[in-house]
Parts: sequence; structure tokens; C-alpha cells
Amino acid sequence: MESFARKGAAAGRSISGVGADALNGGPLLESANNGDRLALNAAGTWTAERAGELEGLIGRVIARHPKVGGVDIDMRRVERLDTFGAWLLERLLRSLKAAGGDATITGLPEHYRGLVAQACECNRAAPAAPRRNALIVALAVIGRTVGQIGQDIGAVVAMIGALASALGRAVAHPRTFRLTSMVHQMDRVGWRAVPIVLLITFLIGGILAQQGLFHFRQFGADVYVVDMVGILVLREVGVLMVAIMVAGRSGSSYTAELGSMKMREEIDALRTMGFDPVDVLILPRVLALIIAMPCLTFLGSMAALYGGGLMCWLYGGMSPEVYLSRMQEAISLNDFAIGMIKAPFMALIIGVIAGTQGLEVKGSAASLGLKTTDSVVKSIFLVILLDGVFAMFFASIGM
Amino acid sequence: MTELGNDAVIRVRDLVVGFAGAAPVLDRLSLDVFRGEILGFVGASGAGKSVLMRTIIGLVPKREGLIEVFDVDVGAASESARRSIERRWGILFQQGALFSALTVLQNVQFPIREYLDLSDRLLDEVALAKLEMVGLPADVRDKYPSQLSGGMTKRVALARALALDPEIVFLDEPTSGLDPIGAGEFDDLIRTLQRTLGLTVFMVTHDLDSLHTVCDRIAVLAEGRVITAGPIPTMLASEHPWVKSYFRGKRSRVDGARAA
Repeated sequence: MESFARKGAAAGRSISGVGADALNGGPLLESANNGDRLALNAAGTWTAERAGELEGLIGRVIARHPKVGGVDIDMRRVERLDTFGAWLLERLLRSLKAAGGDATITGLPEHYRGLVAQACECNRAAPAAPRRNALIVALAVIGRTVGQIGQDIGAVVAMIGALASALGRAVAHPRTFRLTSMVHQMDRVGWRAVPIVLLITFLIGGILAQQGLFHFRQFGADVYVVDMVGILVLREVGVLMVAIMVAGRSGSSYTAELGSMKMREEIDALRTMGFDPVDVLILPRVLALIIAMPCLTFLGSMAALYGGGLMCWLYGGMSPEVYLSRMQEAISLNDFAIGMIKAPFMALIIGVIAGTQGLEVKGSAASLGLKTTDSVVKSIFLVILLDGVFAMFFASIGM
Repeated sequence: MTELGNDAVIRVRDLVVGFAGAAPVLDRLSLDVFRGEILGFVGASGAGKSVLMRTIIGLVPKREGLIEVFDVDVGAASESARRSIERRWGILFQQGALFSALTVLQNVQFPIREYLDLSDRLLDEVALAKLEMVGLPADVRDKYPSQLSGGMTKRVALARALALDPEIVFLDEPTSGLDPIGAGEFDDLIRTLQRTLGLTVFMVTHDLDSLHTVCDRIAVLAEGRVITAGPIPTMLASEHPWVKSYFRGKRSRVDGARAA
């Protein structure tokens, strides 16, 4: 008689102590040749905790007896059996039968019969289709991504159209416009964003001035730092920094908010009551952004100029009077206007992307996270792209 | 079911549970759940059925009282003792509470992976076997929870609750949101699995059909306590006004049978 002791069997425990071992909980499967038939004696606990050991035992039995005429499995000494044990027994039976033998189970306790019968019916279906060629999968991914980009562009255009028609309805019937909602959103995305916008743009202005002073000083052009800070902040950096902050702060919150409303069927509920979600939810939010963005841009630009001036004074030794008079010469109203003109367009982009992504959220929590990320990434990308387009436009009209 | 009697797997004594600053929801509640039975737990909406279930499984803290599961006081148990108890029960939440980022198969495998060290092959086979046992076709394995119907979600959640072959399963309104046919099938499924796996089932439910067809015993919660417990005849004989209107009211089976 040969015995397959369980993996990691306690040292010193003899194989003859099978009964005691079984009581201690280890699964056991002994095999003995009985004429041309193989006799397997099962014992111990055949449960989930021991399933790993049991799988090893069964694998070794199958490996040692690749060709058998018939097998009798005696389950009399099995103490406990659960679905894991029952399935492994079924797996043993199937591989023995597949090798051409027949197999019988004897001594199975009455209360485990249902379980074994149930395991017998499991996993009969053909396994899942094999994986396809990696090249085809890669091509399919590329194809799907291209299609997705097309759909995204379509969705953004559709959202702009829907917003325009919602705005038209609001102008035609001003009473239907949700003013309260818009004011509430302006408080959220405008007023409450002021401190962080001021802080960050102030620091950026200071850093720009410090870097300028450090490098311009080498060829005695300190005073041109004021030109650089003034033009850069008013035309580009002020509005871009604010747009990036608004996209991260408010665009993401819009997407998450709309997405969770979509998940909880609130948007469907609105539709069935005859409301267009664009009218009720998206138009007030986008308009709030369009109004708040220029205000934030103005405040942010001023904070950056102040930070730049402070740095010129403390680090560069340039008195505030000199800074201000130099600033007056260096910048024109055009520089200021360019920054302010761009702000509402960037707000529109952020709002449209946030709304589109929010409505694309599907049922799962993962999809909400994915769309919120998408919303921020896409709006920042488009804001920068738009900034480039504006730069070309203003250059060509000589502003 | 032959061992009914002193073999209580869950023993609750004088349990008081309440939220800060409010009157207690459960007031000196005592309840036994015996090995191998299906206990139906009923009570008015807001009476505290779910609170009791969540207190037993440790999601809601208790103020006073004793909760014993498998003869271990869960309030005083060490972290490792608690984990070994948690491994021996499975919970079906009312909305299924499937992990939306995982596929159906991964949902069922999740607790198995956490507690046991098994080969990938065995993990797949056992999880698929569980899905088949709850009556789901093999092709749902790669779907995500958001793609499932209500009945399928409940079945997957049951398969996940059964993943580790628990001894107790807690079911929170398992048939709510299912049509009567689906609910009947689910009742049968619970009955069959309870027999084959030797489960003890603690079922919070409102479904009178479930109470009549699958529950061995019913416990009624009112006024923060278990006011009566026993099989259907005990319920029908009870003179407590709430129990009376629940089991002998307009929607009860007794009345329906009388009309027929």
C-alpha cells in the first residue's frame, strides 16, 4: 500500500497513524492495487481550507496511474466534505473516466450525496473560447480607439448644439431658466475658488519674476523682467493657470456629480418628467463657469502681477513705483483684453467636456472614476489647444 | 434540522442598539438561531431588522448585550477569532453589493482568493461551479455587475456569499425586487442549497410566500424586541395586533385561500 500524505504533513507523524491524522483535519487519499482495479481510500476533511493540499493529492494520484482499468473510491472515512471537496472528487472521477477507466464511489455518507450529485452537474459546458491572435486584438483596440475618438468629437458637438438650443429656450422663456441653480453653481465654482486661485497665481507671478531677474541680470536687463511678467501673465499664464485649476477643481466635480446622477437614474427620472437634463443641469453649470472664469482670470492675473512686483522689490531691489511705471509702458490694453477674451471660451470647453463625460458614465463605480479622469485630461488638453489657436488668431489680426 | 434544540449557532441576549442621541432601535432583544434552520425575520419597515443583522455581522456597534456566533462572543473576540468567524459566514446584501469593477467570476473568486491559497485552475472551476449551483449560465462569467438584471445580480451575490462554503448565510430581503416567479425560484434555490450544503440561513424578508414555503421558523421584531418566534402555525395563532395583521391581513395567504 502506498500513501500520499498531505503536503507539509507534520514531521514525525507516521503514515500508519492515518486515522488520527484524519481526525486532525488533513485530507488523505491512499491508493492500493486490488487486482486490475485501483482502490482509493479517502479520509479526513475535504473542505475549502484543505483544498490546496487536496488538489495536490489528487493530481499525484492521477499522475501515478495514467492508465487504469477501473477505480473504486471509498469515501467512508471522510469526516467533512464541502463544495470544494465535492468538486475535486468530481474532477478526479472525470480524469479517471477520460483515461478510459470506470470509477465508482462507495461509502459516501447520506448527507453528502446531494452535494456530490450537484458537483457532478457542474462545469459541463465547453470552456470559454480560446484567446484570439494578439495582432488581431491589437488592431481591434486601435480600430475601437479611432471609432471612440470620432464618437467623442460627435458627442462634444452634440453637447454644444444642445446647450445652444437650451440657451435659445431660456432666452425665449426666461421664466424656465434656473437662475437659483446658476447662482448656486457660481458660488461653488467662482466665489469658493477665489482663495486657491489667488494663492497659486500669486506664487506663479513671483516665480516668473524671480526666474526672470536671475537670468536677465546677467546681461543687465533687469528692468525687462517687468515686460516679461506683465505680458506673459496677462496674455497667457493668468488665464491658462486659472483654466487648468478650474478644470481640475470644477470640471471634475461636474462630471462626478452628473455621473453619479446618471448611475442613480436621476437623469432618466428628469427625462420622464419632461425635463431636458441639459436645461436643468448642464446649462446653469456651464453658464456659471462662463461667468466665473473671467472673474477668476482677472483676480488671478492681478495676484500674479502683485506677486511679480513683490518679488522684484524684495529680490530685485526694484521699488514699487518703478515697477508700476515700467508696467504702464510695457503692457497695452490689448494684452489685458486677450487674456479676458479667452477666459469664457475656455470655460465653455471645460463645461462642455465635463457635461459630456458625466452623461457617458455607465453603471459601475470604475466607469465614474474613468470618466472623471477623462474629463480633466481632455479639458486641459483642449484648453491648451484652444490657447494655441487663439495665439495664431491674435497674431494674424495684429493684436 | 434534526438537531434543533440547544444547538444555537447565533445567540443574542439583551441586545441594545441605538444611534447617538436617539431612543434605542433594539431594546433588550434576545434571539437564538439554531443550526441547520432557515429563520425568517420579519418586522415593520424601520423596526430594526437590518440593524439587527448588521449588528450581528459587526457593521453596527452595540450599546449593551451579548452576541455569540459559534459560541464565541463576537464583541470580545480577538481580531483573528473574528476573522475565522467571518470566514464561516456569508452575506447577501439587499442590493447585491457586487464589486462593480470586477467581473462576475472575479466577484465570486474574491473571498476565496483572500482566504485560501488555491491554484488558478481550481479557483476558476470552483467559482464556475458556484455560479452553476445558483442557476446561472456559464456565459455570465465575464460580464460586469452593471450588465446584469436584478435577478441575476441576486444570484451572483448569493454565489459570492456561498463562495467559501459558509455555515451561516445572512440574506437581506433576498426576494425583494424580483417578480413572483423569480422570487419563487430563488426560494427554491435557497431551500435546495440549504439542504445540500447544510446551511443555517438567517433571512430578513417581507415576502409572505418565502415565509410560508421555505422558513422553518419565523421571528417577529416589534417594539425593539422579538415579540414572538416559531413556525407558521404559531404566527397564525398569535394575538399580537401587528402579527395578526401581518399574517392574517388582506394580503396574507390565509385570506387568499379563504377567498379561493
